[in-house]
Amino acid sequence: MNLLELNRIGHAFFGRTVLQGISLGVARQEIVALIGPSGSGKSTLAHIAAGLVDPREGRIIRRYLRHAMVFQDPRLMPWATAADNIGFPLRLARVPRGMRRRLVADAALRAGLLPEDLGKYPSELSGGMRQRAAIARALATDPDFIYFDEPFTALDVALKRRMQDLVIEAAASARFAALFITHDLLEAIRISHRILVLDAGGRGIAGERLIPGNPGSRDDQAVFALRQDYLAADPLFAHIHDIDERLRP
Amino acid sequence: MNLFAASLDRLARLGRFLWSAWAGLAGLALIGALWQAGHEAYGDFILTAPLDTLAAAARLLHEGRAQDLLALTTARALAGFGLCALIGTAAGVAAGYSPATLRLSRPVLTLLLGVPPIAWIVLAMIWFGPSDMTVAVTILISATPLVFVGAVEGVVTRDRGLDDMAQVFGAGPVRRFLFVSARQISAQLFPALILALGSAFKVAIMAELLANAGGVGGALERARAMLDIAEALAWVSLAVAALIAVEYMLIRPVRAELERWREAAAPWGVKR
Repeated sequence: MNLLELNRIGHAFFGRTVLQGISLGVARQEIVALIGPSGSGKSTLAHIAAGLVDPREGRIIRRYLRHAMVFQDPRLMPWATAADNIGFPLRLARVPRGMRRRLVADAALRAGLLPEDLGKYPSELSGGMRQRAAIARALATDPDFIYFDEPFTALDVALKRRMQDLVIEAAASARFAALFITHDLLEAIRISHRILVLDAGGRGIAGERLIPGNPGSRDDQAVFALRQDYLAADPLFAHIHDIDERLRP
Repeated sequence: MNLFAASLDRLARLGRFLWSAWAGLAGLALIGALWQAGHEAYGDFILTAPLDTLAAAARLLHEGRAQDLLALTTARALAGFGLCALIGTAAGVAAGYSPATLRLSRPVLTLLLGVPPIAWIVLAMIWFGPSDMTVAVTILISATPLVFVGAVEGVVTRDRGLDDMAQVFGAGPVRRFLFVSARQISAQLFPALILALGSAFKVAIMAELLANAGGVGGALERARAMLDIAEALAWVSLAVAALIAVEYMLIRPVRAELERWREAAAPWGVKR
């Protein structure tokens, strides 16, 4: 029984079809990475799945209880402290104030934020800390499904790696399922159980690859070797680095 | 402990704010110096000395009549300001969310801004006679467009990413507006409100003077008839003082409370 199922989803912006006939499923506690070249409509698909965008056609079945999302930019409210930002979903869920504070502290700790950072405003935090706060906000309500929409694209390599480890650890301990949108094959291999490749024109899923082992248990050498293997020999990944920067979704 | 830290932080901010009054005082002193220079160049009849004006203002306040007139004008200005803040904000937010309304309202706005306030005073005088209504309506018509534009800007320039964020975490349209959009709108709205308040006082006094509706405007008209420059300037100073008092007691504290994060965003040493 899949937690999330997309059935023949199609979407168009201003008459231009960006997605067509996309079907995919995410099982309980499974992390699925969705990769594809820039402009192939990955983010739009995540937004459709999360209910932010209404698809033009197709059906979405959500069997999870609660979802959360980590966006590409942290999307923290600049007028609220880190604690208030992390507690925002709890406030929306009408969690009592005292309990909220405890849950915020807990989520912040899991995302690697120190208690003294909680009173700071987003403008006082570094880029990495802001993304940590965004992850903590997603973890705060203890969701069973999280959408990651290219969350670490703007971070530098070292920071990116730490954030990936953070997500891997959190997924292992909190047991959420996730749809992880990325255009970084290495990231997809490190973080996910299964990789889906979106067709370059958004016309369906081009194919999928199961990654051997569990995220977190794979060593770096195997990860790099697999990436090399995919890029060199697997026709499925031949086009993922094609970029047409004139094409905007 | 948390409460203690919070109140300490508040006290520190209040202290910083009060300390910043020195800069304001320096600005006022500069104006006073220019005024004094003008007085010495043109004599008592054209420009009364600042100290004499202050003395006249103190005398007016002491005689007791001034308080009532100031209170009357302030109440009228505040009533007009309250109305225009309410209507301007509501209409501006509505127009910000509805592009069709915005497109319809732009020419209306140009029209309202193009008609000089004095014309409205004449019309309002004919409609309502020399009453509070005349003053309030004139303020409403002349200051509402400012607030309207501020509210529209607030809605249009808001970060839509935050709206999406709130929606993902389960906020419906109402809570999205209250928790996410309202704060962003207020950032654009407050400068417009401060401008509107100043304009409310100006228009109130002008309307009082022309409509012969009493208040500070009426007193100013009497001073003009008697060619009493000191008294006229004294009334002007008193009206300005009333405006400053209202602005710093009513609007600035609310704004300071809402904009704490901006202060945190400023690097050290450039706290303004």
